[in-house]
Amino acid sequence: MALLDIRQRSGYLFLAVVLGQIILISAQVNSHTGVPVLEAVAFGVFAEIQRATSAVVSGVRHGWSGYIGLRGVRAENDTLKRDLAAAQIQLQAQRALADRSRSLEQMLQLRDRSNLSTTAAEIIADSATPDFRTMTIDKGTRDGLRSDMAVLAPSGVVGRVVVPSARAAKVQLLIDRNAAAGALIERSRAQGVVVGGGDYRLRMDYVSEVSDVIVGDLVVTSGIDGIFPKGFVIGQVESVEKSGGAYKRIVVKPAVDFRSLEDVLVVLTPTPAREAGQAAPPEQPGRPEPGGSE
Amino acid sequence: MKTAGVILAITLALALQTTLARFVIRGTVAVDLVLVVVIYVALTSGPVTGLLSGTLAGLVQDALSSGVIGIGGLAKTIVGFLAGIIGTQFIVAQPLPRFVVFFGATVLHALVFIGLYVLLDLRQFPSPVPAVTGQAVGNAIVGVIAFQLVELLPGAVERRRAARSRIRR
Repeated sequence: MALLDIRQRSGYLFLAVVLGQIILISAQVNSHTGVPVLEAVAFGVFAEIQRATSAVVSGVRHGWSGYIGLRGVRAENDTLKRDLAAAQIQLQAQRALADRSRSLEQMLQLRDRSNLSTTAAEIIADSATPDFRTMTIDKGTRDGLRSDMAVLAPSGVVGRVVVPSARAAKVQLLIDRNAAAGALIERSRAQGVVVGGGDYRLRMDYVSEVSDVIVGDLVVTSGIDGIFPKGFVIGQVESVEKSGGAYKRIVVKPAVDFRSLEDVLVVLTPTPAREAGQAAPPEQPGRPEPGGSE
Repeated sequence: MKTAGVILAITLALALQTTLARFVIRGTVAVDLVLVVVIYVALTSGPVTGLLSGTLAGLVQDALSSGVIGIGGLAKTIVGFLAGIIGTQFIVAQPLPRFVVFFGATVLHALVFIGLYVLLDLRQFPSPVPAVTGQAVGNAIVGVIAFQLVELLPGAVERRRAARSRIRR
């Protein structure tokens, strides 16, 4: 009876047999991607089913998380805001630490470059009155500091030690009205004295009218003052004017940005001029001398 | 009984086919005896027997060859089924219609077989037309002869018996 039915429905049997053989062929033949056709087709079909299922599940999940699951979001949002604020503060601290490390690295490079015996010091205080351009560093006589020791920064000359205590020292900045340093124009070797103007500019005095000085010339220490080692950068010539006398009127822009100074190097090695000066009688106070006065 | 006869015929055709390998013309067997048997069975027994015999013969042939199992089976299934339908729907009792059916069935078989191989990029068939035509003609001739022989054989036996009895009288 069943055989009769099959015979009456030969079309179904034909389709079944053909389909079976197509599946058989597909199981043996690889597609262009190297995967058997049967596997590729089965995967392709099932992938669509998976996609549809995933879409349904995803829709339900988004619906849940977008509406029903938002009950605790406000409290979570507040917590996250607090965490973010704390993280921002930490980030700033880390950034400051990184800047400080970079600064110290530059200091270290300067120490190696200068071939001088130095000690690094951190600025712990600024001047008490705006009339005096001084600062306090965290190193003192215990660390070998003495008066008139040069203080340098990676970018140039900072000033000199004027009052050392046991654990701290007051440094007179080069921009102080009473500070001065022996200087020369690096290009033309014209000598003079750089003195502070009280603001963030320097003045180079006693440069001969016939000297070759132009704007942009680099001004470096001459070393004759016995305080600052020779060849360290003081700044750049910003303007040159004829004063009418025997000297030029020269304004120098300091190489050091005194407003953002954090760490300095104190030169412990006495310069040759200082060693010679220690043997000679002390100078008389008056107008700003090279090295300045307190 | 009939099934056993079909299986026996297919087995015999396969055995003959494998021993006729020396008749290869340009890489293609000029006569496919298994296909001839399938078409013959389909024409005499109908589409179901035709497709089943085609499936069996084709799968065995595929298994014995180094091709993909199923391609030859699929081709012979289709041919057997369609030949069976033609045999039930039309009167295919004369040599010429039989020749046409054998010829057409062989071409259809070649189309499916070669088409699947080319479609699946498994094998190339450079200039298949002469080979297919030759095989179709060969199959048709063998098929028509087979029909004639099978139809003549029972009569010939009876005629021989009748002649013997007349001689004895």
